[in-house]
Amino acid sequence: MSTLLQAKGLSRRFGGVLALDNLDLSINRNEIVGLIGPNGSGKTTFFNVVTGIYAPSAGQITFNGADLTGASPRAVYNAGISRTFQRSRLSLPLSIFDNIMIGNHKRLNQGLWFNLMRRKAFKAEFEENYRAATKLAEIFEPRLAKMMFQPVGALPMIDRRRIEICRALVSQPKLLLLDEPSAGMTHEETKALMDDIMQVRGLNRDLTIVIVEHEMGVIERITDRCVVLNFGRKIAEGPYREVAADREVQEAYLGVA
Amino acid sequence: MTSDPNKRISLLPGLAAIVLATAYLIALLAAEKQNFIIGLLVAGIAAVLAAQWFGWLAPVTRSFNEREDALGVTAVIAAFAIAAYFHDNHFVLLLVITVVLYTVATLGLNIQFGYAGILNFAGASFFGIGAYTSAVLNAHTTVPHLLVLLIGGLLAALIGSLLLLPVLRTRGHYAALVTIAFAILLKTFLEVNDVLGGPQGLQVKGMKLFGWSFNDNFEIAGIDMSFYLSYFVLAMILLVASFVLVRRLERSWVGLNLDALRLDETAAQCFGLDLSRWKITSFTLGNFLIGIAGALFGMVGGFVAPNNYTFADSLILVSILLLGGIGNPWGLIVATIIVVVVPEKLQTIQEYRFFLYSALVIAVLLFRPEGLLPRPVRRYFPGWRP
Repeated sequence: MSTLLQAKGLSRRFGGVLALDNLDLSINRNEIVGLIGPNGSGKTTFFNVVTGIYAPSAGQITFNGADLTGASPRAVYNAGISRTFQRSRLSLPLSIFDNIMIGNHKRLNQGLWFNLMRRKAFKAEFEENYRAATKLAEIFEPRLAKMMFQPVGALPMIDRRRIEICRALVSQPKLLLLDEPSAGMTHEETKALMDDIMQVRGLNRDLTIVIVEHEMGVIERITDRCVVLNFGRKIAEGPYREVAADREVQEAYLGVA
Repeated sequence: MTSDPNKRISLLPGLAAIVLATAYLIALLAAEKQNFIIGLLVAGIAAVLAAQWFGWLAPVTRSFNEREDALGVTAVIAAFAIAAYFHDNHFVLLLVITVVLYTVATLGLNIQFGYAGILNFAGASFFGIGAYTSAVLNAHTTVPHLLVLLIGGLLAALIGSLLLLPVLRTRGHYAALVTIAFAILLKTFLEVNDVLGGPQGLQVKGMKLFGWSFNDNFEIAGIDMSFYLSYFVLAMILLVASFVLVRRLERSWVGLNLDALRLDETAAQCFGLDLSRWKITSFTLGNFLIGIAGALFGMVGGFVAPNNYTFADSLILVSILLLGGIGNPWGLIVATIIVVVVPEKLQTIQEYRFFLYSALVIAVLLFRPEGLLPRPVRRYFPGWRP
């Protein structure tokens, strides 16, 4: 197994708070890694530093052999990392199709002349992308694939989560970062969503996933390996059963039985 | 005509709406007696409310959404019918041209605010830059006048790029403040600058095209025509071109990019969007359209002065945008007609026009925050089915 994403000595300071403290973390190709830990332990900060929303205060990030330390969100996306957000960040007045296409930015022809003047060629590209987006949405929910031009704002939370994941997947990233996909959903909905994610991964074996999640059932079911954070530091690492049995993890996060 | 029965049905409500609106506008523009005009306006409002009540507006909206090309052509024919009806009436034709050119300018503002979310409170300034360009170039050079229009647009875009740095570095309301400062700065600059006529302004020579002077009345088949008719034709060409441009822009990945950056800059960045590139594109393109409209308007009016392009005039442009429906070009046409025509016809409220605008904007924001004609979800190709 080769390393896809590697963080070395990664730190991020917010004033007096060290949200990430000298974190070493590596993600292998085709792995599903769960990132767990109590609130404020640095999970989302890790995502934000990797995706370029925050610059690291110290340390280094390499992805797919290239240095991504301090890279802009654009550069990170173009390198093949995409993400979902803890608080769903869809563009609510826009349609399902529009929202998914926002995620396909790098594969769309962005030339002004092409978009305004070459309408025939644009139509061909549009139709091709419509098919791709519909196919992707169908995996998650066939109902959504039939209403691609409905505004997202009218949909329930589970559908929004699905669309957000479609938006992250449509550009065929190498690494998908899922930030609490189950937030705001019931157990059954979460289970359905995870089934869909596993199905997508079945279709694309090249996909590597890092998932932040508080539902341990989800973590146990889908991850190959877990990394536990506390106060921005890694306190344990390994298969879920192992880390769940770890004394320090139980004290910091899971609770002692 | 196509053979698809769904399509043929959906065209009719739109056609009916255009025909009724045209007849109503002709009656309103021709009316002289104040009581009759007031009655007409009240009847108009009542008719729209009644149509809404009986659910007749939904089919109209649907046919505009699905058959926009055919209805667009019809709307252009309707505009020409109105101009033909008033072919020798200078006053009404000037009013119609004002509506057309203000619509072009607000289409420019719409690219900036409606799509990219950059609120430009200096619309009238860029309009004025276009008009001053006409004044100076027509007086001192032999540049062909069509080219002068283009230069007016380019100059507005170029001077607007001075604002880009602060606009790119600020968000939301702060960018709007930058444009307000610019509007005040430009007006002061024009007032103290004697080369540009100072507070008295400049005369603008009329348009001449291939030896045809736009400022002369003419005859067709022995019937007298107002010289404004020539300007009307040119203004309509400009409107159609800008309308098509704005529509194509919205119905492309570019329009999607602008929406994405307006709604959530952070998410847009995380999906590779170059925020600066698209803000620059929309701001520049918008000012370009406003500048061209201003350049032609300068020639139509024959006169430019700093007082015609104040912050208050910029507010009128913005209020048209809010009233019509942010992001909906059809709404802009309706709103421009209301904002430009009503105070001209209703002389009793002339002095209260700003009061009327503010009241209208407040009412719209309170009761219909998305404007009279809210923007529908983007359809890349109207009538397209998977």
